[in-house]
Amino acid sequence: MDRRKLEENFFKVLMIMSTFIILGGLLSVLIMVLLRGAPALSISMLTQTPKGGYYLGKEGGILNAIVGSLYLAGGATVIAFIISLPTALYLNEYASRSKLASFTRQSLDVLWSIPSIIFGVFGFTIMVYVGMRASLLGGIVALTLLEIPIMIRAMDEVMKMVPLKLKEASYALGATKLETTLNVITRQALPGVVLAILLALGRAIGDAASVLFTAGYSDNIPSSLFDPVASLPLAVFFQLGTPFPEVQQRAYASGFILLVMVLSLSIASRLLTKRFMRYVIK
Amino acid sequence: MKAINLFKPHISIQKLNVFYEGRHVLKDITLDVPEKRITAIIGPSGCGKTTLLKSINRLTDMVDGVKVSGRILVDDINVFDNGVDVINIRKKMGFIAQVPNPLPMSIYDNVAYGPRIHGVKDKGKLGQIVEHCLQTAGLWNEVKNRLTEPASKLSAGQQQRLCLARALAVEPEVLLCDEPTSALDPISAGHIEGQLLALKEDYTIVFVTHVLRQARRLADYVIFLYLGELIEHGPAETIFNQPSDPRTKAYVEGVFG
Repeated sequence: MDRRKLEENFFKVLMIMSTFIILGGLLSVLIMVLLRGAPALSISMLTQTPKGGYYLGKEGGILNAIVGSLYLAGGATVIAFIISLPTALYLNEYASRSKLASFTRQSLDVLWSIPSIIFGVFGFTIMVYVGMRASLLGGIVALTLLEIPIMIRAMDEVMKMVPLKLKEASYALGATKLETTLNVITRQALPGVVLAILLALGRAIGDAASVLFTAGYSDNIPSSLFDPVASLPLAVFFQLGTPFPEVQQRAYASGFILLVMVLSLSIASRLLTKRFMRYVIK
Repeated sequence: MKAINLFKPHISIQKLNVFYEGRHVLKDITLDVPEKRITAIIGPSGCGKTTLLKSINRLTDMVDGVKVSGRILVDDINVFDNGVDVINIRKKMGFIAQVPNPLPMSIYDNVAYGPRIHGVKDKGKLGQIVEHCLQTAGLWNEVKNRLTEPASKLSAGQQQRLCLARALAVEPEVLLCDEPTSALDPISAGHIEGQLLALKEDYTIVFVTHVLRQARRLADYVIFLYLGELIEHGPAETIFNQPSDPRTKAYVEGVFG
C-alpha cells in the first residue's frame, strides 16, 4: 500500500481508538456508580431527610441534599444568567473589538481555571466580614461566581458564530442595535445559550469545594436564605468518609441521583426550547 | 431632450470617497440615480459595486475601519450628515442581499419584523401588510398555508422573494439589490427579475450585477465602475451601444470581466 493511504488509515484508527477510550472511561464511571449505588437506591432516599444515626447506617434519606443542591445550583444559575446574557451580548454586539472586551474575555478565561475552593474561600471571607454564617445565600453567591465565567464565555462563543448577514438584514430594515440584539442575535444563538446555561449548571450542581465553607451542611431542608444547606456533592463526600459499607453505598446512590438530575434538566430544557430552535438559520 | 424627462434624479451622489482601513475603494464618485427606474451598477469583481450600493443606506457603517467622505442626497437629505437618523434612512431603502438572508423566525414574522419595529402593533394591520407584501413579491400562493413555518424551510429562491417581501414591508422608496440572483437557480432568478421589472413602477431600484446579460435585460440606466473609479454612467442604451470610454466598450463587449 502506498504511504499516503497508510497514513490515512493509521490516523483514522488512532482517532477511533481515542474516541472509544474516552467513551469507555465515561461509561465505566457511570456503570460503577450505578452498580455500587443500586443496592442502596430506595424511595426513602429520595423522600426522607437523614434520621438520627443515618450516617451510622440507620434510616433516612438525602432529600435535604437533593433539595439543597436544586436551591443552590438553581439560584446561582438564575443569577448568573441574568448577569451573563447582557455581558455576552455587550462583548459581542457593542464592544466586540474594544480593549475592554478582550481584557474581559481574558479575565474570564483565567477565572474559569481557578479552583472552585478559591471561590468558596472568597465567599467565606466576605461572609465573615459582613458577619454572615454558612447559608443558602452564601452558597448561591459562591456558585454564581463559579458559573459566570463558564456561562459568559460559552455564550460569547456561540454569539460570535451568528452570521453577519443576519445582522445586516436586521439593520437594513432600520432596526436599532438593541432590536437586532434582542430579536435576531438572541434567537439565533438560543441553542448555544441553553447549552451555556446547562454547562454552568452542571458545573455548579456537581461542585463540592465552593459550597463547603459557604453553604455548610444541614440535615434539614432550609426554610430561609440564611439557613445552612446540604448539597449532593458534599453528601457523597460525607457518606464516603464513614467507615460503614452500607453508608458508602448510599454515597454512590447519591452520585447516581445527581447524574439523573442533571440529565433530566438537560432533556427538559431541550424540549422546552425546541419550539424556538426550529427557527434557527443553519 | 426626452432623456432628461425620462431620468428625474432621486439619489444624488456627490464626490463620494470610501476607504477601508486606508485602502481607497471608491474614488470621487459623482452621479445621479434616476427615480422609478432600474439602475444597474456593473463592473468587474472588486471594483466597488457593492460598496457603492451599501453606502447609499449606510450599511458600510457595519464594516470596521471604514471612512467615508462626500455626500449622498436622498430626498435632499445627506445620509452621511451627523444629525441624520440612520434608522429613517434605512427604512426608506429596502435592501436585498446577495445570498438570501431570512431572519431566524417564521415566514410571517420575517415580513412583520420591519413594520413591528417601526411601531405597527395592530394584528389585523400586520396581517394585511404581510399578505400584501408577499403577494407583491410573488410568494403568497406558495406560503399562505405555512406562514408559521421557519423561513429557513423555504427554498433559496423562495427565501429571496421572502427577503423582497420583507424589504417592501417597511414601505421604502428605494430598493437596493446586491447581485440578488447570483445565488439562485435560473428559474428562481427569472422570478426575481420579473418582480423587479414590475416594481419599478413604484420604486427606484438600484442593483449590482456582474452578469452583463442581466443588466441588458433589466436596466434603464447603467453605472460602470472600474477599480473604484466611475468610468461612465448613462442610459442603458447608450452605455451598451455607444459607450464613450474605451474601457466601457471593452467591458460590455466582454473583452475582460
